[in-house]
Amino acid sequence: MNIHKIADYLNTLADDSNTGMVFDCQPISGEVDVLQITVLGREELPIFLSVTDDQIICITYLWGEEEVKADKVNEMHVSMLEMNIPMPLSSFSKIGDKYVIFGALAISSTFNDIELELGVLSNNALEIIDDMSDYLV
Amino acid sequence: MSIFKKIMTAIRGGATEVGESIIDSNATRIFEQEIRDAENHLTQAKRDLTGVMAQQMSSSRDVDRIKREIVEHEGYAVQALEKGDEALALAVAEKISTLESELSTQQQALDSFQGNADRLKELVKKSERHVAEYKRQLSMVKTTESVQKATSAITDNFSSSNSKLLNAKDSLERIKAKQQKFDDRMKAAEVLESENSDTSLEAKLKEAGIGASDNNANSVLERLKAKQK
Repeated sequence: MNIHKIADYLNTLADDSNTGMVFDCQPISGEVDVLQITVLGREELPIFLSVTDDQIICITYLWGEEEVKADKVNEMHVSMLEMNIPMPLSSFSKIGDKYVIFGALAISSTFNDIELELGVLSNNALEIIDDMSDYLV
Repeated sequence: MSIFKKIMTAIRGGATEVGESIIDSNATRIFEQEIRDAENHLTQAKRDLTGVMAQQMSSSRDVDRIKREIVEHEGYAVQALEKGDEALALAVAEKISTLESELSTQQQALDSFQGNADRLKELVKKSERHVAEYKRQLSMVKTTESVQKATSAITDNFSSSNSKLLNAKDSLERIKAKQQKFDDRMKAAEVLESENSDTSLEAKLKEAGIGASDNNANSVLERLKAKQK
């Protein structure tokens, strides 16, 4: 499995996706190949997918440290921990100064699994920002 | 230090600057080499184990054979005694004594092979667990490394395309607005559709002379006439 195969699959899906979402893929070159996936109508929250030796990792950036109300940081962290298990397929993390949600799949996952993962991740990202907006400036 | 602790320290240590790899790639290579070495040792150990187990089997067969011979010769000795041939019985007894010492030697060898095989099996199992654990740790290191490199590629891409990751609330508002617009359009289309079907139905009814008819001059005149009466 590599990002190009995934991009090919998602691009050929067009309107026939199981999730009802239309994906647009844009590879980003670098030391590690990353696929930037945008969901039609949700261009502001792209998903970044990269493939390692044994995993496929899908990440969506939520917000930066500077967007969190200073007196709400702890409360937000606790909420994130509490939500980590109920939230389907995705988990919270932090990369540098950015909070993210991500999903990790086994390298042996099928295209269907990946498609489902992306759909759920996108929905989770939207919901989480909505639900946690009280903590944000 | 556990691998979790190492990764945590590396991330906490401010090594999160873009482009800076938190894990020394040289260290990763050394680690990979160590895993390969461990796997080679494991293969060697398995080969040794096969050898020892083969020796164990052959030794066990020898032990069985000697035991059988002893039983057999004991029978001969008894038969010689029954025939009153003391000298022959003694000769057989000597043979049995030789066989018994041979048996004890062979039994010792067998025990030692068995011990070795057990030890090697334990070692192989332990090594397999270690290799699996090393692989898991390496996967963690490589994933951390990969995510960091991916992040740097993403950040570079954003700064070069002059676009910026939006504020989360703004992003949400925009997406919601787009969704609203889409919903509104869907609704408008629905309304339009239903209106169209209403008017076409009306037209059909009128054609069939059913429903409200036009207020034409005749009907007005009829009404006025009716009032006069």
